[in-house]
This record gives sequence, C-alpha cells and structure tokens, in this order.
Amino acid sequence: MILRLAFASLAARALTVGMTILAIALSVALFLGVEKVRTGAKASFADTISGTDLIVGARSGSVQLLLYSVFRIGNATNNMTWDSYKDLAAQPEVDWIVPISLGDSHRQFRVMGTTTAFFERYKYRSGQPLAVSDGAVMDDLFDAVIGADVAATLGYEIGAPIVVAHGLASFTEHKDQPFRVSGILEKTGTPVDRTVIVSLEAIEAIHVDWRNGAQIPGQSTPADVIRQMQLEPQAITAALIGTQSRLQVFSLQRAINEYPQEPLLAILPGVALQELWQIVGIAETALIGVSGMVVVTALIGMMATIFSSLNERRREMAIFRAMGARPRVVLGLLVLEAVLMAIIGAALGLALLYAGLFIGQPLIDSAFGLWLPIEPPSMRELWVLLGVVAAGAIVSMVPAYRAYRMSLADGMMVRN
Amino acid sequence: MPDPDPILLLEDVRYRWPGRRAFGLHVGQLSLARGETVLLLGESGSGKSTLLSLICGTIAADAGRVLVADTDFAKLSPGQRDKFRAEQIGLIFQQFNLLPFASVRDNIALPLQFAPKRRARVKDPSQEARRLCRELGLPDDVITTRAGTLSVGQQQRVAAARALIGTPPLIIADEPTSSLDAETQESFLELLFAQSRAHDTSLLMVSHDARLADQFDRVIHMTEIAQTLRDAA
Ligand SMILES: Nc1ncnc2c1ncn2[C@@H]1O[C@H](COP(=O)(O)OP(=O)(O)O)[C@@H](O)[C@H]1O
Ligand SMILES: [Mg+2]
Repeated sequence: MILRLAFASLAARALTVGMTILAIALSVALFLGVEKVRTGAKASFADTISGTDLIVGARSGSVQLLLYSVFRIGNATNNMTWDSYKDLAAQPEVDWIVPISLGDSHRQFRVMGTTTAFFERYKYRSGQPLAVSDGAVMDDLFDAVIGADVAATLGYEIGAPIVVAHGLASFTEHKDQPFRVSGILEKTGTPVDRTVIVSLEAIEAIHVDWRNGAQIPGQSTPADVIRQMQLEPQAITAALIGTQSRLQVFSLQRAINEYPQEPLLAILPGVALQELWQIVGIAETALIGVSGMVVVTALIGMMATIFSSLNERRREMAIFRAMGARPRVVLGLLVLEAVLMAIIGAALGLALLYAGLFIGQPLIDSAFGLWLPIEPPSMRELWVLLGVVAAGAIVSMVPAYRAYRMSLADGMMVRN
Repeated sequence: MPDPDPILLLEDVRYRWPGRRAFGLHVGQLSLARGETVLLLGESGSGKSTLLSLICGTIAADAGRVLVADTDFAKLSPGQRDKFRAEQIGLIFQQFNLLPFASVRDNIALPLQFAPKRRARVKDPSQEARRLCRELGLPDDVITTRAGTLSVGQQQRVAAARALIGTPPLIIADEPTSSLDAETQESFLELLFAQSRAHDTSLLMVSHDARLADQFDRVIHMTEIAQTLRDAA
C-alpha cells in the first residue's frame, strides 16, 4: 500500500514529476547511446581488417592512411606511383600485394579500383574472407562487384548498369562508361559493404577523357575503343601487403619508409588502430564525462524538485506521522519516490535508446558506416541503469533527511 | 473515586515549547474512563492542541506522567511511541486530515499499516472501509475516489472512518467540526457518537464551541485542569 501511495503522490504531481522523469530518461538515453556508439565504433573498427601485415601509401599520418585506405574516411592527399608499387611487389619479403585506387563514387558509395587478389587477401573479423553471395567477381573491364549495403540501398541486382562519378559527391558523372554489376558480396559489417569494387583498369578507363579533374571538351571515347587501349594506372592510392614471414614485417616497413624514389609510408594496421584509439580515447573520456554529467544534472534536478515540494507536502508528512509512521518512514517514502522516478526514468531512457537505435541504425550506418547492433542490454548497461537508480536514491537522501528533521519537529501538527 | 482502569491518565504534566518562554502548560490531573465521551473546552491558544500532542506522544512532557492504556509514553522509544499511537489512538483533526492524492480506501486503511494489532482486528480493510463509509452516510462509490475531490464535510467523515477502523480504544478529535456548517456538524457528531458507542470507544474531543456540551458524558474546561502561563517568565 505504501508503494501505491508513493505512486499516487507522484501521479498527483504529474507535471513536475513527468518533467523530472523525462530529464532522467533523456540523460540515461544519451549516456547509453554514447556508450553504444563508442563500443560499436571500437568493435567495428577492430574487426575491419585482419591478415594484412602492412598498408602502404603516400607519406602522410599513419592514422590518416589507415582511415582512408581501410575505412574510406577522408581522402588521400597524395598517391603512390605505379612504379613504386611494382617495385614493392618485386621485393622478396612481399608474399602478396593488393593495390587500391580510390577517389570515385557511385551515388553515395565509394568506388574502389583493385585487382581480383583483393577478394582473396582482404580479411575481416579475425581472418574471415569475403564471400560472393550472388554473381561472380569482376571478369570484364566494365564489371563491378558491389557490397551488400550498396545492393540493398540501391536495389541492384546482377546485371544492373552503374554510372560512376568522378570525385566524391560530384555531379559530373562518367556517363559514357557502362559498368554493370557482376557480383554482390555478402554482408561483412565493414566498409566493404558500402563499396563498389572495379578493376584498376576500369578506374583508368573512366578517366580516359579526363585531364586534371575536368572532362576534355568534346572528347568522348566509345567503350569499344577504350577496350583496345593500354590501361595501366599511373598511380594508386594505397596497397595492402602480406609478408612471407611475420618476422620480416618490421624490416620491410623500415625499407618502405626509407624508400628513396618516393616518400612512402608503411603502417601496421594494429599499431595504427592503437594510435587511433589513443586519439579517440581523449574524446571518448570527454564524451563519457559529459554524458555522465548530464545524468548527474538530471538527478540534481530531481533533488531540487523534491526539495521544492517539501513545504507543500509538510501536511502530508504530518498525516503520516499522526497515523503512526515513524520519521524514518517519511524519509523512506521520499527516497522511495525518488527511486521510483529514477527507475521509471532509467527504463524510459532504455526504451528511448532502443527507439533511437531502431530509427537511427540505418542512418548511422549509411552516414558513418557504423553498424550499431540492436541487442539486449549488456551487463555493463544494466550496471549503468542500476547506478542511476542508486545515485537517485543517494541524491534524494538530502531532501529526505530535511523532511525527516521537519517531521520530527512538526510531529502531527503543522504550524503555519 | 479514582477510576481503576482509565484509558487515559495525565498527572502533573508540564510542558513548554522549546524556545518559547511565553507559553507553558501545566496539567494537574486528567483522566478518561473506557467508553467515556469527554468534551474539552478552551479558548484558542489555551494549549488544547499542545495537550493532544502530549497525549499522542508526538511531544514528550517535561515532567509528570502521561499514560494511555496503562502505558507511560516516557518509557517507550520514539519508534515504539509512534507504533503505540497507531495502535491505541484514532485521530481526527480540524482540517487537512487526508492525503488528497490517495483513494478514500487507502486513507482509511492508512493507520492499519503501522498498527499490526489494529490491523489484525480487521478482516478485510477494504470491506471494513466500505462499511464504515456506509455507516457514516457516505455514498457507496466514494471508496475509490481520490480524497482530495471530496467536500470538506465528506472529508471529515472519511477522517472519522479512519479513526474508527480497527477499533482503537481512544479517539481524539481536535476541533473536527469547526470547519463544518451547523447542520453537517450535528450529523457528523451523531454518526461519530453512534460508532464510538457501538465499539465502546472513548472519545476526547476538543472544541472552543460550548454548544456541543450536552451531547457528551462530561465536559472539562481547560481552565479547570490546566494552568497556562502566558507571561514571559
Ligand atoms: N509546534 C509548536 N512550536 C512552538 N510553539 C507552539 C507549537 N504549537 C503550538 N505552539 C504554541 O503553543 C500555544 C498553544 O497553542 P495550541 O496548543 O495550538 O492552542 P489551541 O489548540 O488551544 O488553540 C500557542 O502560544 C502556540 O503558539
Ligand atoms: Mg488547536
């Protein structure tokens, strides 16, 4: 019955109580959301590449190279020459090497030029290879293999024609080259899902009529003429390398970094990821701190609400006392109310989080390539919720103790 | 002749509100027999409510003895005092008796929550609350409505039902009718008397209105039993 009374008392102050609960719910949703994004990002980043010993590109920052070559985030400021690539490929330590050429797009998806070796060598989630769910890897010059998300978003099936645009989000499209979808990859949860993969030669073919990023006026080479051309690239964006033996990784890395013909950078994906975590770690801590503060603010708001309700509720407490409730019961009642508000707030926050995930999941996926899994709450999240409720109880002790003192002094008669 | 088993006995009780020198209460002797109805008359500010607080054990006498059902409040811990009050005394105030947000039923059943023996005397609190409401002339459907939506007269009757539930031996009413108009006042008192007689409950009612006197077994004036000091001593 005490519980029912507590609920009724809360319901009688529906507006302020509702606001308080909403504030708690939003703060909890924010906190858990930040956690979700954080862990989701970390997991998906760590799972994105495996089996590659070195990533090579033009000299820039190692994190930058990792981001654009593997995660398709940002752009390469420089390319590496095809000559350097061939030179590297001939090194005895190099077991395999896969070139990557980026810079074009199809709709909102990036186009990557590579060789068919990519499909054998690129591994994700501790060694899992790519698999073709439909069709086959590219065979013809104008064949394209698309990731699962590309197919799903654009509704492409095998044989669908594709027009490739030069640059990213550019409106000038390479209309003349009729690519077609030859294969669709299975979902991987990596940026490959959002990539259109063509051959290196195809990237060259797209740019036959282009110089310095602009179409040569009046020139439009027919597809069958292009097929006859020598389509060797001048430059590529990056290359993935596997070594003969893991022991050679460091010496090869050093050799590449000191490559005399061209300033190159070789990175170990794992090390670069660590570096990325370090950079992100500061922001991460700040983010957790800020969202934690929001929760604290909401709880302090609740405390203020309870405080301001004390005076008008003096009578209510006097009635409890007159009916035989000890001052302890009055204290407990206020804490109980706070705990109820915190529980409802936390539960509502969790519901908001899942609602947000349901709505936001595809948006976040397409915008940031981050797939946030919708799973039952983790132990950690449950602890967070429990923590919020406990903190609510602790915070409410302050006004509850004040009420305790007041009801000790008032007894069963309120003087006014 | 002294009553061998009074429900209430005060002897040589002194009380002064902390920090207030201007007012002090001294009660030489006051006793109430079981089943007796007593009207305590006194002017406003004469210390009637203070006296009731002493009887209910929410304030402790500076000197003297307060015995309710042969138990001295001074010998009880504060927690026991609260429980003892709930067991022995049904309370009705002048106004603001009820939790406005709670249902009439929960308001009536509230003291049972803190008084296990009183609770044990009631088979089904819900049924009993309904019965008391009916006896006190409240409509049948009132039981589930929120107390705050009732008229003042209805609220006082609900307070009476709450004081009566579980039949505590003593009912204390602090000017329960002063917020009611004359007609409602009369019927309220009739109902209260009928109920307390039916259960052989003692009733100590405080008022400044001498017109109610003839309905009670006994009438006491504050001036007869108590000295109040109003001068700054
Ligand atoms: N809680 C309290 N704290 C301090 N003084 C009080 C308190 N309650 C009553 N008093 C004082 O005690 C005196 C008697 O008041 P009260 O017992 O309420 O008289 P009555 O009920 O007869 O009108 C008054 O002077 C009043 O100011
Ligand atoms: Mg009074």
